[in-house]
Amino acid sequence: MNNEEVSHEQSLVVHDLGHAAHVHHHKQSFITKYIFSQDHKIISRQFLITGIIWALIGGLFSVIFRLQLGYPDSTFPFLQDLLGHWAPGGKLDPEFYYALVTMHGTILVFFVLTAGLSGTFANFLIPLQVGARDMASPFLNMLSYWFFFSASIVMFCSLFLQTGPASGGWTIYPPLSALGDAMSGSKTGMDMWLASMGLFIISQLLAGLNYITTILNMRTKGMSMTRLPLTIWSLFFTAVLGVLSFPVLLSAVVLLLFDRHLGTSFFLSDIVIGGKILPNEGGSPILFQHLFWFLGHPEVYIIALPAMGITSEVISVNSRKPIFGYMAMVGSFFAIAALSFMVWAHHMFVTGLNPFLGSFFVLLTLLIAVPSAIKVFNWLTTLWKGSIRFTPGMLFAIGFVSLFISGGLTGIWLGNSSLDIHLHDTYFVVAHFHLVMGVASMFGMFAGVYHWFPKMFGRYMNNTLSYIHFWITIAGAYCIFWPMHYEGLAGMPRRYYDFSNWESFKMFGGLNEFISVVALIVFATQLLFIFNFFYSIFKGRKVTTPNPWGATTLEWTTPIRPGHGNWISEIPEVYRWPYDYGKDGRDFIPQTEPVGENENRH
Amino acid sequence: MTDFFLIAIIVLFFLIIFQISKASEYVSVLKGEEKSRRQNNKVNGFFMIAFLVAGLIGVWYCNKLYYPKTLFPQGAASAEGKNIDTMLWITIAVTGAVFFATQILLFWFSFRYQESDKKKPLYFTHSNKLELIWTGIPAIVLTVLVVFGLKYWFQFTSAAPKGSQLIEITGHQFGWEIRYPGKDGMLGRKYYKLTDPAKNNPLGVDWADAASHDDIHVTTTMHVVVNRPVKLVINSQDVIHDVGLPAFRMKMDAVPGTPTTMWFTPIYTTAQMKEKTGNPDFTYEIACDQLCGKGHFGMRGVIIVETQAEFDAYMATQKPEYYKAFPELDPDKKPASDSTAKTVAQNIKK
Repeated sequence: MNNEEVSHEQSLVVHDLGHAAHVHHHKQSFITKYIFSQDHKIISRQFLITGIIWALIGGLFSVIFRLQLGYPDSTFPFLQDLLGHWAPGGKLDPEFYYALVTMHGTILVFFVLTAGLSGTFANFLIPLQVGARDMASPFLNMLSYWFFFSASIVMFCSLFLQTGPASGGWTIYPPLSALGDAMSGSKTGMDMWLASMGLFIISQLLAGLNYITTILNMRTKGMSMTRLPLTIWSLFFTAVLGVLSFPVLLSAVVLLLFDRHLGTSFFLSDIVIGGKILPNEGGSPILFQHLFWFLGHPEVYIIALPAMGITSEVISVNSRKPIFGYMAMVGSFFAIAALSFMVWAHHMFVTGLNPFLGSFFVLLTLLIAVPSAIKVFNWLTTLWKGSIRFTPGMLFAIGFVSLFISGGLTGIWLGNSSLDIHLHDTYFVVAHFHLVMGVASMFGMFAGVYHWFPKMFGRYMNNTLSYIHFWITIAGAYCIFWPMHYEGLAGMPRRYYDFSNWESFKMFGGLNEFISVVALIVFATQLLFIFNFFYSIFKGRKVTTPNPWGATTLEWTTPIRPGHGNWISEIPEVYRWPYDYGKDGRDFIPQTEPVGENENRH
Repeated sequence: MTDFFLIAIIVLFFLIIFQISKASEYVSVLKGEEKSRRQNNKVNGFFMIAFLVAGLIGVWYCNKLYYPKTLFPQGAASAEGKNIDTMLWITIAVTGAVFFATQILLFWFSFRYQESDKKKPLYFTHSNKLELIWTGIPAIVLTVLVVFGLKYWFQFTSAAPKGSQLIEITGHQFGWEIRYPGKDGMLGRKYYKLTDPAKNNPLGVDWADAASHDDIHVTTTMHVVVNRPVKLVINSQDVIHDVGLPAFRMKMDAVPGTPTTMWFTPIYTTAQMKEKTGNPDFTYEIACDQLCGKGHFGMRGVIIVETQAEFDAYMATQKPEYYKAFPELDPDKKPASDSTAKTVAQNIKK
């Protein structure tokens, strides 16, 4: 750090000191404290709780469509009570089945695993772990939540439309999504989907710019980039991915709106639908897929990277051992982030993509397996000869590694175009991405919630409930998704409402029933988590020590319930990397402790 | 009433779990938190190894149950699909080895290195040698996979071999239209604005192109000849569909406005496949693999693979679509009157 920066930092500290001193006198109303709050810790809780509500809705949708898949011949009268004309006589309408599938994907990918995961932990951890009083711009930070909130409201309202919410899949490929005549969900539901996504993208850009700025400019004295915890590195690369790729989705959203309402032909050509001959010529639906996946692929890393960062941190703390290969971990984050921009067309091997072009995407896609392998081996080596404490957070971090291996390896199958020809759009893909980015990232999120809950709310969650939650969820996740690989190998297509008329696929009826039952159990177990979460906020065991896990990072140097400004006195100075566990016979050495004279440099 | 009881039972069940959990928390406070934490640690450590064992048994059992139901015991039904199967086995060998090795290490380490007073954790921050090993080996293995994959990829995305049977397949909500080129081996030109089902022209064929006059159009069922490469020209009339042929290991999107192609060589007739699979109802099905609307799951087509003689016999029963549009020109029927012939001629000129 050069002198200029230091002096700047000092003046900031002085300013912030005054600010922090004010906090305790300044009376805030309920609205400014909990609703339109500019405190990053409150905003992170807002993201988390909104994310939990969305996860509940998205999960419930999956239970409903799993009922149809597991019991295609049965009727469920309560569905009619719940869904009205979408489930006449208790039998789910195919159109609404697709709406549920679409909303499940949209909600989980964007609202839960993007906003709920990186929104929560970037907001919570960045200022606390880099040593800052708040984000670079607390106001933009607040705006980012409220844009997300309005996106949520628009999406939520679309669920109640007479013609139903968007139902063309979360990837909303035109022409299906562009033409109201193609599907009733492509009428007003799709407009609201696009509007909601527009708001969501704005929210993500505001948030991302803020995260990047804070990490680059607001680190405390001594906190060089190589002394950042891996959580911060992962959130940094996540934010960079978001800022570079979300605008491309926005362009796709805008062009699709033009095609829908202004008569343009960006994505439409040679269409006869419902007996009508459309005038559009010369557009290409494939162009949309390029734009969509240019976001869509980085998006899966926007989901996965924070989970990897959290896992690295939690595994190191609870193994009482430094993370193995810190620089290799940072390097592999960088490699994954960079490569994720150059692999998008592997979602499009069977669209008629030029095979020669496709071959580059095969190469680059399989290259991502190298940094991913490095990460897995480094986590394993971190566990090796550790002293492992199975806190709930640690259990979920270990679960993350297991699921990431299982789901990641099948990526090597799908990324290879010649295998993808057979496996594309089958249940194999469903199994792959649910394991590697769906369930694995949920596990990363759970690990983070359990690990930082004491810091967020000053209380602990109930351990027994957490253990039940973990063991049922990991066993259930494997029971649900592992057998789906076999369905996919048989070529069973995803997004089918009913397989009973297909000679090639109907033999999996019994398996589908089994999967549905397990899905129901796993969903019920998540209710246990949600109950545990809210109950513990108010009634959990109180935290009595500022550093309950014995961690080295800065967030545990704040008071048990930090106010706005985080540290009461001066922001602590940092002297070492965040992974000095078990060094020189000591359990852990906080980052704030100066390096001793006889101490080895790592 | 049953609904009510069901809900009551579920709520009760949750309450019981909650009470037990709360009680265990109180017990741990009474017993000393550190002591109960260590006990919990042992329990979870044991679960780690138990989960590994149960998981490995589960993987074996799942394979035993479901492998026979996939299409792999019989092998692919196309010459190109055989290569895909080879590729698949190579990939399974590589990823399977990594899967078992890493999962076993993960859960074994978790169990083996659980907290204990006897040993201190090792301060081990990095090792360039190890990092090099697990960067280098995956890179080499992946290169091998890429080389094999691309070799096959270029093989079946190259131009279809000469003498392939040309067939056009067009998707629409929610069905498949098949068009054979007739004796001239050429498909007649199409323009979507000519589409007019009322005038027996549901595909929008341009009758001014003479190549269209012997084209045969049928719905849903495609007949192909065994051991002869088939080249499909794939179209869509409305939204994106996908011609999915699981038994042949082939798949290609049908994109409105952008025709795509795909070729493969079927090696077993439908009859042979019925014997091979032991399923008298076996059918080569065309499954739409790209979400296309509410009827997506019912968008089914059929391929019948047969001998050349059977195929020729089938073709002999089919009439060119041109004569469906203009029955008066059909040489099999009695000659049309002069006036209709004139209007037809005018129509063609337009």
